[in-house]
Amino acid sequence: MEEVPHDCPGVSSAQAGRGASCQGCPNQGLCASGAAAAPDPAIEEIKEKMKTVKHKILVLSGKGGVGKSTFSAHLAHGLAEDENTQVALLDIDICGPSIPKIMGLEGEQVHQSGSGWSPVFLEDNLGVMSVGFLLSSPDDAVIWRGPKKNGMIKQFLRDVDWGEVDYLIVDTPPGTSDEHLSAVQYLAAAHIDGAVIITTPQEVSLQDVRKEINFCHKVKLPIIGVVENMSGFTCPKCQKESQIFLPTTGGAEVMCRDLKVPLLGKVPLDPRIGKSCDKGESFFAEAPDSPATLAYRSIIQRIQESCSLRQPKGENLVGS
Amino acid sequence: MEAAAEPGNLAGVRHIILVLSGKGGVGKSTISTELALALRHAGKKVGILDVDLCGPSIPRMLRVQGKAVHQCDSGWVPVFVDQEQSISLMSVGFLLEKPDEAVVWRGPKKNALIKQFVSDVAWGQLDYLVVDTPPGTSDEHMAVVDALRPYSPLGALVVTTPQAVSVGDVRRELTFCKKVGLRVIGVVENMSGFVCPHCEGRRRGAGQTRWSPLPGLCAPGP
Repeated sequence: MEEVPHDCPGVSSAQAGRGASCQGCPNQGLCASGAAAAPDPAIEEIKEKMKTVKHKILVLSGKGGVGKSTFSAHLAHGLAEDENTQVALLDIDICGPSIPKIMGLEGEQVHQSGSGWSPVFLEDNLGVMSVGFLLSSPDDAVIWRGPKKNGMIKQFLRDVDWGEVDYLIVDTPPGTSDEHLSAVQYLAAAHIDGAVIITTPQEVSLQDVRKEINFCHKVKLPIIGVVENMSGFTCPKCQKESQIFLPTTGGAEVMCRDLKVPLLGKVPLDPRIGKSCDKGESFFAEAPDSPATLAYRSIIQRIQESCSLRQPKGENLVGS
Repeated sequence: MEAAAEPGNLAGVRHIILVLSGKGGVGKSTISTELALALRHAGKKVGILDVDLCGPSIPRMLRVQGKAVHQCDSGWVPVFVDQEQSISLMSVGFLLEKPDEAVVWRGPKKNALIKQFVSDVAWGQLDYLVVDTPPGTSDEHMAVVDALRPYSPLGALVVTTPQAVSVGDVRRELTFCKKVGLRVIGVVENMSGFVCPHCEGRRRGAGQTRWSPLPGLCAPGP
């Protein structure tokens, strides 16, 4: 499984190709010549590919388990309800690909065609890609180091034949590491509309999310806004509200005010959401009147408004 | 390529437990912290190694965020969370200039720091070292398993929540453990039900999906 040495100094480091651990690596010559530190030609190839994709949204969080994949899936469902809107959902969580299960597409396979990899279509206007579709068994672990994960992400962006797309939603793993750097790097020339950052109300989550916001600033990724998920729980028995994840430091509202980023909305914790995800069904269909559904719909509308404001001039525009 | 099993800074550590999960947000850090506190309560000396470099949660959970790490002759001195020095902690959180600073590192740099955390921290005599990990099966996990291998870790505690989406990732984590030769001590199902504080009505946890016991591993408890 390993293609790079354990102690690889990194292809753009000053030690690239020269370190003791580089001996025997198949890329040693490339790194030592400095060619590996040159701009990746894939960036231009991806820019070309992305010309048929109108809006690109990254769904991020420093914190795990806050609902990124759940949100990405329902953003896709919500946007695709308009059959004239072409939606693409790309799952770059290589180690923990949840999207196939949440979209009810577990076990589906990806096909190759002359124009590249075909995404798996849930609806005519909703295509999905994930490393989950490339595994032979759902229990297969993807035990890859950074460079191999980066290679997969490059392939997903360059080699998947998305066709004409209005919205490309990129679901990411938690953190600020290889996957995030690669996504931003490879999409650098292709104009990302921005990031939607997911959090829960607790400070343990917010402290990671502040880092994610700083990451966005560092890599010059615009922030569309923050979504506070699992924000309050209504007991179905007594209808009273409790806070399961207490906002001891004021929750996302205070954080957004302090860091001057928009708060797109708060989604309450509805146990039916988790159930829908496990069954691979849209929560909107399961519970159309839930306060969580209403919150999601309002947030999706705000995201659409933000994307239409950022519409680049002079590019080949698709659809609505 | 394994490190030679020479006495190092983990020479005085009796048992090493890794806390893993394929899934994020299931409670690894919370459980690592509670495990350390429970072991202390049982009179043990405990160290916690937080190798979640992008999202280091443990300093805040033990109320030692903002503390600094010092050097001694045998390496870095871990931060003690109490006067009695019964729990010590090492985390990248202590090495950041500002708490909101993002650690935006690719794999090789993360691997290098994790190796240092294992070899250059003067843990001293410990009954248990609890190793908290980020979600996934990637650089951090491979680096810490490789670095700890000469010290024969007791094994891994794998944490999940009841939902199938979480269990799916955890099955992959169990595959990882098998592949790297790490014994699984057991699985913890966290957030397993909720008692409403108003009416005391009990609900199963979010998702409510019963999952079949993992063969050979999760026989129903007493």
